[in-house]
Amino acid sequence: MASFCRLVLLGFFSFSLSWVFSPPPALAQERPYFVAYDHYLEEPGNLEIEYFSTYGTQRGGNNFHAFWTEFEYGATAWWTTEFYLDGQTTFHDNTLFTGLRWENRFRLLKREHFINPVLYVEYENKNGADKILKEAEGHDLESDFLVANTEAQKEHIHEIELKLILSSTFKGWNFTENTLAAKNLSNSPWEFGYALGASRPLALKASAKRCTVCPQNFIGGVEMYGGLGDRHNFGLHDTAHYLAPVLAWNLPSGWTLRISPGFGLNDNSHRFLMRWGISREITGFGSMVSRSFGGHP
Amino acid sequence: MKAVAAALAVSTSFLAASVVLAQSRSSGKPPAGAAPKFDPVIYAELQKAPEKARNRTNPLQNDPDAVAAGAILFEQHCAECHGNSAEGSRKAPSLQVPEVQTATPGALFWLLTNGVVRKKMPVWSKLPEPQRWQLVRYIKSLGGPAPAGDSPVPKP
Repeated sequence: MASFCRLVLLGFFSFSLSWVFSPPPALAQERPYFVAYDHYLEEPGNLEIEYFSTYGTQRGGNNFHAFWTEFEYGATAWWTTEFYLDGQTTFHDNTLFTGLRWENRFRLLKREHFINPVLYVEYENKNGADKILKEAEGHDLESDFLVANTEAQKEHIHEIELKLILSSTFKGWNFTENTLAAKNLSNSPWEFGYALGASRPLALKASAKRCTVCPQNFIGGVEMYGGLGDRHNFGLHDTAHYLAPVLAWNLPSGWTLRISPGFGLNDNSHRFLMRWGISREITGFGSMVSRSFGGHP
Repeated sequence: MKAVAAALAVSTSFLAASVVLAQSRSSGKPPAGAAPKFDPVIYAELQKAPEKARNRTNPLQNDPDAVAAGAILFEQHCAECHGNSAEGSRKAPSLQVPEVQTATPGALFWLLTNGVVRKKMPVWSKLPEPQRWQLVRYIKSLGGPAPAGDSPVPKP
């Protein structure tokens, strides 16, 4: 219960920040994906505070609710850095903080091309009870989640994760393909995974009037992700795969709401994952911080 | 509790480092009272547009709503850096200057699409193509009525 209170307080603290800074309204143009990444980085100097939630079913065990808070900052136009705090509640078990992640994405080419590569480098310091399913890799299976939290949290995982993001935009559609390689630093083999995504705004032209519920503010799509085994046993054998429609609503106030029901595609996958997220973009965060330390914006 | 405190400390540290790095790359302080001046190199990016891109005409040239829609898009995505009236700020150059206003719509569209990532101008291809053309209509409208300005001109 104490852990849960801490997580609630942390979430409250994070979103309080967005109100305290009360930036000028700016429409975020966020993609709806939860797992896949496209090649669009955060605008320089902007901070996005995000909260995501995943409800997952568990055969032979207790369903769970995993969640993470994410701080995404545009360091430059070619480098976005993100920090995550993860937690989860397993029903009829307990709630706990499960770890942190530090993620960096680097745009590799300075201009827009038909295929745009982005390099993703992430360090994860988490425990075995982490259930946010931010990616599927290696031989991650639904049955791995059957371990009780008190037992699972004894396992400490230090992991490096690399992704090559290849993303294209064509006639309003975004198509993205992510290939993943992850290495647990405690002498485990490299594990592999993938994520694919396609999305499109419901309308391509902007309205000449200010509006909140208008088609161009909604982006719909679908993503698919799963594991590809490890260095010793590469392939689809003993891997989990998911397919998930995704929808994002970018509000003119700078808030973005996302929702995605996900479905397991084989017996190794959780049957159902319900994800939702809320985020707020703070424009000019870097300038605000700079001014507060006496610098110029 | 230690883990949460450590996480917050790390979060604060990397954000501060990112901010310091980003700010250290920004341009020098302009003279007091003067409008921010930008290196002409920034405007020269427009000249790098390939001829084919430069010669593209705005498909929304005759759309009566394009300027109004572009104005809203500008406020939402561009005003933070370029100023509310595109007059420029320390972060980004004015878009009212002749270098921009005499550029072809195709060149402006190309620059919006590709950004100038090494000069902090993001890639705006995340906006659908019609919205980028709406932005171009708005930006061109800042220079007043200029019928010739909206037609492709040969590369200098």
